[in-house]
Amino acid sequence: MEGAGGKPIDVVRACKDTAVTALIAFGLFLPLIGFNTVLNIHNELILQTRWPLLAILVGVIAAGRFVYSVLIAPWLQDSNVWSRPEVSIAGGRLTKWLLPFILGFAVLYPALALWLAGFQGAVKWIDNFGVQILIYVMLGWGLNIVVGLAGLLDLGYVAFYAVGAYSYALLATTFDLSFWILLPVAGCLAAFWGVLLGFPVLRLRGDYLAIVTLAFGEIIRLVLINWVAVTNGYAGIASIPRPTFFGIPFNATDEGFAARFGLEFSPIYRTIFLYYLILALALVAAAITVRLRRLPLGRAWEALREDEIACRSLGINTTNTKLTAFAMGAMFAGFAGSFFAARQGFISPESFTFMESAVIVAIVVLGGMGSLIGVAIAAVIMIGGTEIMRELDFLKIVFGADFDPTQYRMLLFGFAMVLIMIWKPRGLIASREPSLLLGESPARPAHELAKAMQAAVVESKARA
Amino acid sequence: MEIFTQQLINGITLGSIYGLIAIGYTMVFGIIGMVNFAHGDVFMVSAFIALITFLLLTTWLGISSVVVALVIVLLVAMLLTSLVNWTIERIAYRPLRGSFRLAPLISAIGMSIFLSNFVQVAQGPRNKSIPPMFEDVIVLMSGEGYDVAISYKQIAVWAVTAALLAAFWFVVSKTALGRAQRACEQDQRMAALLGINVDRTISITFIIAAALAAVAGTLYLMYYGVVSFADGFVPGVKAFTAAVLGGIGSLPGAVVGGLLIGLIETMWSAYFSTDYKDVAAFSILAITMIFLPQGLLGRPDVEKV
Repeated sequence: MEGAGGKPIDVVRACKDTAVTALIAFGLFLPLIGFNTVLNIHNELILQTRWPLLAILVGVIAAGRFVYSVLIAPWLQDSNVWSRPEVSIAGGRLTKWLLPFILGFAVLYPALALWLAGFQGAVKWIDNFGVQILIYVMLGWGLNIVVGLAGLLDLGYVAFYAVGAYSYALLATTFDLSFWILLPVAGCLAAFWGVLLGFPVLRLRGDYLAIVTLAFGEIIRLVLINWVAVTNGYAGIASIPRPTFFGIPFNATDEGFAARFGLEFSPIYRTIFLYYLILALALVAAAITVRLRRLPLGRAWEALREDEIACRSLGINTTNTKLTAFAMGAMFAGFAGSFFAARQGFISPESFTFMESAVIVAIVVLGGMGSLIGVAIAAVIMIGGTEIMRELDFLKIVFGADFDPTQYRMLLFGFAMVLIMIWKPRGLIASREPSLLLGESPARPAHELAKAMQAAVVESKARA
Repeated sequence: MEIFTQQLINGITLGSIYGLIAIGYTMVFGIIGMVNFAHGDVFMVSAFIALITFLLLTTWLGISSVVVALVIVLLVAMLLTSLVNWTIERIAYRPLRGSFRLAPLISAIGMSIFLSNFVQVAQGPRNKSIPPMFEDVIVLMSGEGYDVAISYKQIAVWAVTAALLAAFWFVVSKTALGRAQRACEQDQRMAALLGINVDRTISITFIIAAALAAVAGTLYLMYYGVVSFADGFVPGVKAFTAAVLGGIGSLPGAVVGGLLIGLIETMWSAYFSTDYKDVAAFSILAITMIFLPQGLLGRPDVEKV
C-alpha cells in the first residue's frame, strides 16, 4: 500500500497503535462511563452498567486513532504544515480588510435577526447571542489591556465585573440613582479596586501573579456570599432598575418607550436598546485601547510585557505602568458589570465564579493576546458556540429524547480550549500590527518591510 | 484545651490530604515550571474512581471486610488515576512544551473545566455518598463535658499518608528514577545530554503526582463519605496554597504546607467562623506570595538577565 507521499503505510504498526489506544481508552472510561452511580428506591447508591456506551466510545476513539495513523500522520509528515512560521505579518492586512465587514454586521445584526426570525423569535437571538457575546467581547477587551498589552496574567478579573455589578445594583436600589449616573461611578469603583488589589501584587510575575489574582477573585466572591447584611448573600439582589432610554422607561405604560414613539408595546425594544448600548460600550473600550497603544502609556505597557527589567532600566515607572493597566482593565469590567446587572435585573454571587474569569482569560489568550479582532472572534466562537448548543434540538432525533445538548456546553468549551492551544498556542490571530515602524516611511506596508528584511537576511547568509 | 487538641487532630487529618495533593503541584511545577491547574480535578476524578470501585467491591463482589476493600480501592484508584494523568500530559501538555509561556496554563485550565464537566455529565450533578465506615473512636481524654476523640478513620488517614510519603521519599531520594527526576528539575537539556529520557521522566512525574492525588481522593471519600463533581476546585486551590506556603518545588515544603493549611483551616473554623474559612486560606495564599514568595522551605528565586 502506498501513502500520500509515496511512502508505504505501515499497517501493522497502525494496528498496534490502534490496539494500544483502545486499551488506554478502555482503562480511562471503564469506571466513569462503564458504570453509573444512581440512587435506588432505598436511597442507597448502586451501580448500573453502560457497556454499550463504553464500547461505542472506545470504538470511536480507536477508529479515530487508526485513521490518524494511516492517513493523517503520513500526510502531516509530507506536507510540513507544522513548519510554517507562527507569526505572520499578512494577518494584519487581513484584519484591516475584515474590520468594516465585522463592524457593519455588528450594527445591522438586530435588523437581520428581526428580518430572519420575526418579531417574536428575534428577542432570543439578539439577547442570547448578540448581547451575551458582546458582554464577553467587552470583558475580553478590558482584560486584553491587562493580559494582552501589559502581560500581567490576571485570573481574578471577574472580581471587578462583580464590583461593577454590585455597585450598580446596591446604589440603584438604595439611592434610586439612574443607570447613566451609576455607569461611570461603577467604572470608577471598579478601577479603584483594581488599584487596591493591584498594589500588593506589583512584585509578582507570571504564574505567581495569576494565582494571587485568583485568590483575590475568590475572596471577593466569598465576601459577597457571606456579607449577607449588605449583599443578601446567595439570594442575591433582585428588582434592579432597568436602564432607561435617556429617561424614558421601557414598559407598557403611557410614559413608556413604545407609547411615546407610537409603537405597539413589545419587549424587543428594550433588547435592541441593550444590544446597541453594550455595542457602544464595547466600541468605546476598543477605541480607548487603540488610542492608548499609541500613547507613551500604551508603549510602556507593551514594553513591560516584553521585558520588565529592560523596562525598568530605561527609566519607566513600572509601578505606575502596572497600576494603570489594572485600573483601566478593571474600569471596563466595571462598565460591563453594571450593564450586566441592569440587563439581568437580578445578580447573585453565582454569576461571578472563577469559571467566568477562566472563560474571559481563555477568550483573550485564544484570540491572540493583544489583538482586538482576535479577542472578538474568540468570544464569538467560544460563547456563541456554547450558546448554540442550546439550539441543537435536532440531535434528540439522533441520540434519543432524553439527550440534552446543553449539558455538554462547558465540556466542549474546556476541550476546545485545549485543542485551540495545541493548534495555535499563540491564539487565533497571532500577529500584532506594530504601532510604530522604525527606519521606513510610514507609507510602506508592514508585509513589504518584512519581505525586505527577509531578503536582507538571505543575502547576508549567502555572503557568509 | 480539649477543643484545641481535638482541632489539632482534625487539622492534621485534613492537612495530610492537602499535603498529598500539594506534592503533585510542587513536583510538576518543579520539573516543567507549570501550575498544573487540572490537578485538583484529577483528585476529584480519583475520588470518583474510588467510589465506583468501592461500590463494585461491596455490592457486586460481596467483599465484607472494609480493610481489604479499601486496600483494593486504593490500588485501583492509583492505577487508573495515573493512567488519566498520563493521558492528560500526553494530550494537553506535551505538545505545548517549550511553547509560548501561557499556553500550558490555559490548556490546563481547559482540562480542568473538561474534567469536572465530564464527571458531571457522566455521573450526574448530585452529591454521591457512601455508607459511613470505621465509625469507632478512641477517647483520648475527657474534660468538662467534652471528649477528645480520635476516630479509626483519622488513624487510617494518618497511617496511609505516612506510609505513602515514606515510599515516595524513598523513590525520589534513593532510586535512579528519583535522581533522573531531580536532574530534569535542575537542567533538562543537560539531563538529556547525560542520557536521561526527559519525556519519560516527566511522564513518570505526572504518574506519581496522580497516584498521590488518588491516595488523597480515596482518603477524602473514606473520611467525608461524600464527593461531587465540583469538589476538585477548592481542595485543589488549597493544596496549591499549601505548595506555595511550603515553597513551590520543595517536597517536604508541600507536606509541611499542607499540614499548616489544614491546621489553620480547622482552627479558624473552630475559633472564628466557618463562613470565612476559605477566605482565610486564600488570604494566606496572597500574603505568602507577597511577603515570602519563596515559601517556608523553598529556595529564593534568583532573577537573571
